[in-house]
Amino acid sequence: MTIEIKVPQLPESVTDATLVAWHKAPGQAVQRDENLVDLETDKVVLEVPAPANGVIAEIKVENGATVTSGQLLAILEPGETAATDTAAPVAVSTDVTETAGGDRGGKSSDKLSPAVRRLLEEHDIDPSLVRGTGKGGRILKSDIQNFIDQRPHPEAVSAEMPLTPELAEPLFDQRSEHRIPMSRLRARIAERMVEAQQTAAMLTTFNEIDLTEVMALRTRYKDVFEKKHGVKLGLMSFFIGAAIEALRRFPILNASVEDNDIVYHDYFDVGIAVSTQRGLIVPVIHNADRLSFADIENAIREYGVKAREGTISMDDLTGGTFTITNGGVFGSMLSTPILNPPQSGILGMHTIAQRPQVVDGDIVARSMMYVALTYDHRIIDGSEAVQFLVAIKQSLEDPARLLLQV
Amino acid sequence: MSRKFDVVVIGAGPAGYVAAIRATQHGLSTACIDAWLTPDGDPALGGTCLNAGCIPSKALLESSELYHRAAVEFHAHGIGVGDLSLDLDTMQARKERIVCDLGGGIGALFKANGVTGLFGRGRLLPDLKVQYTPHDGEAELLEADHVILATGSVPVELGAAPFDGEHIVDSSGALSFQSVPERLGVIGAGVIGLELGSVWKRLGAEVTILEAMDRFLFMVDGQIARESQRQFKKQGLDIRLGAKVRESERTGEGILLKYDDEQGGHEICVDKVVVAVGRRAETTDLLDPLAGVDLGERGLIEVDEHCRTSAPNVWAVGDVVRGPMLAHKGSEEGVMVADLIAGEVAEVNYAVIPSVIYTAPEIAWVGKTEEQIKAAGINYKSGTFNFAASGRARAMDQAAGLVKILSDADTDRILGVHICGPLAGELIGEAVVAMEFQASTEDLQRTIHGHPTLTEVIHEAALSVDRHAIHAINL
Repeated sequence: MTIEIKVPQLPESVTDATLVAWHKAPGQAVQRDENLVDLETDKVVLEVPAPANGVIAEIKVENGATVTSGQLLAILEPGETAATDTAAPVAVSTDVTETAGGDRGGKSSDKLSPAVRRLLEEHDIDPSLVRGTGKGGRILKSDIQNFIDQRPHPEAVSAEMPLTPELAEPLFDQRSEHRIPMSRLRARIAERMVEAQQTAAMLTTFNEIDLTEVMALRTRYKDVFEKKHGVKLGLMSFFIGAAIEALRRFPILNASVEDNDIVYHDYFDVGIAVSTQRGLIVPVIHNADRLSFADIENAIREYGVKAREGTISMDDLTGGTFTITNGGVFGSMLSTPILNPPQSGILGMHTIAQRPQVVDGDIVARSMMYVALTYDHRIIDGSEAVQFLVAIKQSLEDPARLLLQV
Repeated sequence: MSRKFDVVVIGAGPAGYVAAIRATQHGLSTACIDAWLTPDGDPALGGTCLNAGCIPSKALLESSELYHRAAVEFHAHGIGVGDLSLDLDTMQARKERIVCDLGGGIGALFKANGVTGLFGRGRLLPDLKVQYTPHDGEAELLEADHVILATGSVPVELGAAPFDGEHIVDSSGALSFQSVPERLGVIGAGVIGLELGSVWKRLGAEVTILEAMDRFLFMVDGQIARESQRQFKKQGLDIRLGAKVRESERTGEGILLKYDDEQGGHEICVDKVVVAVGRRAETTDLLDPLAGVDLGERGLIEVDEHCRTSAPNVWAVGDVVRGPMLAHKGSEEGVMVADLIAGEVAEVNYAVIPSVIYTAPEIAWVGKTEEQIKAAGINYKSGTFNFAASGRARAMDQAAGLVKILSDADTDRILGVHICGPLAGELIGEAVVAMEFQASTEDLQRTIHGHPTLTEVIHEAALSVDRHAIHAINL
């Protein structure tokens, strides 16, 4: 009695999906719940698990084909088999090409040195997220240290993988090109970027924030916080808190344009832009105004886990009334973020650096971050945008304001 | 009708013969020209390394060390040796036999791989032509698609003490003494001077080594150099630093060497003098001016990082080009060039080349010295461990020396490993592999080392970098 493996029901807004790669070949044994194939939509990659133990009898759709909800993908012969998995899984992801000396580190554990293995385990890091700069793309101890240092607290959000495939040393003496078609996700991102540019009247205003107080607060309470709430106290919860206070005061930043109407949202769904191996995604923290610091940190951490495991759902990525992006993890000092349509505002965080500031007439070193606010000038005026950013600045420079909501 | 080859190699030392063998492994027709003649007038493959350098010196170092240990150390083991005697002829004959066997071995490899061995002189002409003049025959013109120059180096002569082939000799001469000199003067306390000085000291000569530089073994990590100097002093090797030889004079008493140092002028009288002040590239009669091969400083053939010379399809490897004058460096360059000629991607990692001095204790190192790291402004940490604390070294009665590891304090990457101690030349291999894989100190710390072995000292030194060696008190 054979089992038909079909494309799962795709969410409403999604019409079809691309079959990225089969992980099993005909004749191969599979275990129940083992991932058979990856299907990629505009927003997420869906996995199709095996419903039972058995052997793949026949594959109906090839890699790269477009499929729709309910379409037949393969036939599974259920039954216990002495699972001799000789054929290697059909791995290849279509959006990144490995080149000579390619820097995708640690795919197999035999390339991981003892120090690297220790660090991966200690920090619960997925090696495929770490860029290896060693011989043949191996992960070095310093690569992991850099990865840990550069990702934002808490551990979750994976931020190290470059968005574009980077060539390692140029091939010896050649000036060749190679052409890679955009993945579905990449194409969709490209589309939305252009849409944002062409629709809104985007403008960016800047300011700088003295985060010395916030950093001191974090240092003072980080252990207690982690002990009580079971999650690290990051920077994001502060920024979201400050952003929401500012959004309350300047609701136009939380609105969107629909035809000739301005739609004000009475809720605060804050998106956090995350860079993953496959591209940029923006998971949304719904009703962020009702969440405590710990709730927010937990939500971010969970999204990080989901992103790594590829289990982020459509709902996680839809909605959002305002977005925060952090280029600081890559070392960005200052940038001009693009709006996430149909939102009207996006806050850009950058690296924190020690810079000399004048405090009470003295020059002192303070922890400074430049921030950027890109806004839709069709509905938001310069003065509102500037004051919004100033409000965020004030909340963060004197965190007591967050507590007192002043 | 001249003979044509895909590759013609000039020089069959470790760089040349390896390049030739590798080329034939790629299916390229290869000829290798070599001009070496033994004192008996026979051609011999293997170059300086095999015939007058690495191999014969190692043979004598081994023999002399055994003699010395028998004389001085055996009794501690409860071994009585009675009347210890030295038969230098037998010792030399053993050395000759080893050299001869290995040279024959290269010949066999040539034959098996299809390398055409040509004995005589080679000269590069324009347009990838090579003039080959056999030892006993008419000159012949060879045509090649690629030419690899591997003519090596020769000892530098000192004006103050010119070679006379009998009393003032170079390293080759020093390896062939027919009797142990009573008093031996060695000019130059570099690798060669130290090794040769050690050999004859052990065999009974009174050895004085005159080194012009103020610092002993300036290219070696300072701490290791100081430890080595201490060890040699204990052995009675008289090493005088800052001593510049001005003049030499043949007298009835022997050779008078006049030298100057900080304190002023001095004289010593010796029976034989070995001049070991360095080696220079050998390109005599090699390059036709129109061949288009440029020479650089100190007469080295100019090459890029892939050993290409200024003339298209002409390559140069080994002692005749820049870089440390080490046989294995030459060999790897030979392999790289053969691979490149065959169309493959190849390179030599010059940053991870081990160096070895075969004195007792041996000295070996790879990577950067502490001085180089400091000069580069790198934030570093270091750890050491003494062989005195090694069970194996104590059992072997060779517990002098230490292992030193230098690492980047920020990334933990191992930057340099330096060893003064028993079998340092062998032990350094572990460090070379680790550094090739850009290992961190922690990687070595977490790698199991057998017990009881000398390699454990490397393990403990690695632990010591982070101050948690088990078998030492961490300060």
